[in-house]
Amino acid sequence: MRNTYLRELYEIAREDKNVLSLVSDNGLIVYDDFRRDMPEQYFNFGISEGHMVTAAAGMASCGKIPFAYTIGAFLAYRSYEFIRLDMCLQKLNVKLVGIGAGVTYGYLGPTHHTTEDLAVLRCIPNLTLLSPATPRETRALVRYAYETIGPVYLRIGNNLPKELYCEDMEVVPGKLSTLRKGEDIAILATGEILYQVMEAAERLSKKGIEAEVISVHTIKPFDEQGLLEVAKKYEHIYSVEEHSVSGGLGGLLAETLTANGCRNRLARIGLDGCFAKGYGTPIQVLTANGLDAEGIYQKIINGLEQREGWKKNIY
Amino acid sequence: MLEDIAKEIRKDIMIAAYHGKSGHLASAFSAVEILTALYVGDVMRYDKSNPYWEDRDKLVLSKGHASLALYSVLKRIGYLSAEELNTFCQPGSLLGGEPKYGDIPGVEATTGSLGHGLSFAVGIAMANKLDRKDSRVYVLLGDGECQEGSVWEAAMSASHHKLGNLTVILDRNKLQAMGDTEEIVKLNSLEEKWRGFGWSVQEQDGHNIETMIEVLKKDREDAKEQPRLIIANTIKGKGVSFMENVPIWHYRMPNEEELQLVKKELEITEEELLS
Repeated sequence: MRNTYLRELYEIAREDKNVLSLVSDNGLIVYDDFRRDMPEQYFNFGISEGHMVTAAAGMASCGKIPFAYTIGAFLAYRSYEFIRLDMCLQKLNVKLVGIGAGVTYGYLGPTHHTTEDLAVLRCIPNLTLLSPATPRETRALVRYAYETIGPVYLRIGNNLPKELYCEDMEVVPGKLSTLRKGEDIAILATGEILYQVMEAAERLSKKGIEAEVISVHTIKPFDEQGLLEVAKKYEHIYSVEEHSVSGGLGGLLAETLTANGCRNRLARIGLDGCFAKGYGTPIQVLTANGLDAEGIYQKIINGLEQREGWKKNIY
Repeated sequence: MLEDIAKEIRKDIMIAAYHGKSGHLASAFSAVEILTALYVGDVMRYDKSNPYWEDRDKLVLSKGHASLALYSVLKRIGYLSAEELNTFCQPGSLLGGEPKYGDIPGVEATTGSLGHGLSFAVGIAMANKLDRKDSRVYVLLGDGECQEGSVWEAAMSASHHKLGNLTVILDRNKLQAMGDTEEIVKLNSLEEKWRGFGWSVQEQDGHNIETMIEVLKKDREDAKEQPRLIIANTIKGKGVSFMENVPIWHYRMPNEEELQLVKKELEITEEELLS
């Protein structure tokens, strides 16, 4: 996704000289093309994330469209007040790009995990939150971020090249995307953990459970109507995220369903009151936290088996 | 006379605070001559009929709590009316205790939480440089504010990016909310610190409008690649004898008896106060 993001940003910046690329001492090599071809549109702020966010806001107040890129953890947490006051309160046209979504930096551990960003940023007014999973989602959402006038936070993870969308499927920003049709349960996921969810859905299928898999690439504005349609169709809804369930996608679904009087059974799969444990590749860390395909499959199947008459949809 | 204008601005500050029943009076009084020099002394370039002129110079009031001084100057140059100024901090007013970008002509950034304004101004200066504009960006920075780490991130960045179009005026009144800056967390030598961060530094009497104008104009002419810091030595609460250098006036409002003294010292009539 990172390379997809950079390719798309390169194209956008070529078309619009007001688009600037800001980094905080990261992107060696991957930014080479951009730096070589558009040196005036590129700024390295050094290890100074909060300052970069606010300077970006100052630039935006002069009509520039800065894309400020660094590790998501250092944006969402370290720079929180700068995001809140300088970008969001002033509604300035800054795009933050947080890399290392979830446990992408598996070898480095929780200092570099971005596992609470959606929770803490979701409550800041005026901020659009985008969380793509696949290359096609990334391309569409980088373009959407550029076309949105106002503050945006885009979180991106690894470089997973495989596309989960079929050729003829379109990514519609602000809308849920169904990537697998189902009959029995719905699983909504955000970010690259979607790959694990798709595999878990195949395992469930072998047990006779057909799961509809939905990508929530736009966290805010959230497709409330889309969720209510899902809630009418399925009693059992699951959220899966490489993130804290509290305040994250799980929290978002719980709030939305409850506020709309829905009585679905919702199970939230993700990090529940803990930091992600263990070190290793992203998949190793996901596995250690029960968030790989097998872990997700087990959680769903065990949960369903404990529910009497679960296959009878009440809606 | 610019001194007379500064006197009027001080009066307006007190009258607006009286109407709003709030305001950081002493912080505002500290910066009156600095802002008078910038806006009325023919230093800053702006269009009286169009606050949004693209090539204007900008001021970022990093010490946002001195908003009353800025609002009163904006009234002086015609961006705000006397009626608007006197709605300060009241329901329905656009003029809050901290200035808000987008609502008020002449307010270039929302400030209030300290340590943000300089970074914001660095962004403006970078954008101006990129657009090859000769507009300048001014920042009014508090001295206590220099205890925020973010100020130094921005200071380092400004000199690295050779922002010769950026001038910071440091309102060096040596007081912060709880008392003497040197007793709370020592700042001196500010001159050495800023020089060390790659800035051109000059000290100046922050209440002498004439010399302040001279320095600021020269600053513009000399503008090359180094950002400038003017350490403006000021007196917190300047103009009201019992407020001068007394920490409690960082946020206190005068009681009835004190108000009479303020009126006398600032030569505010009862009619003006209730205007």
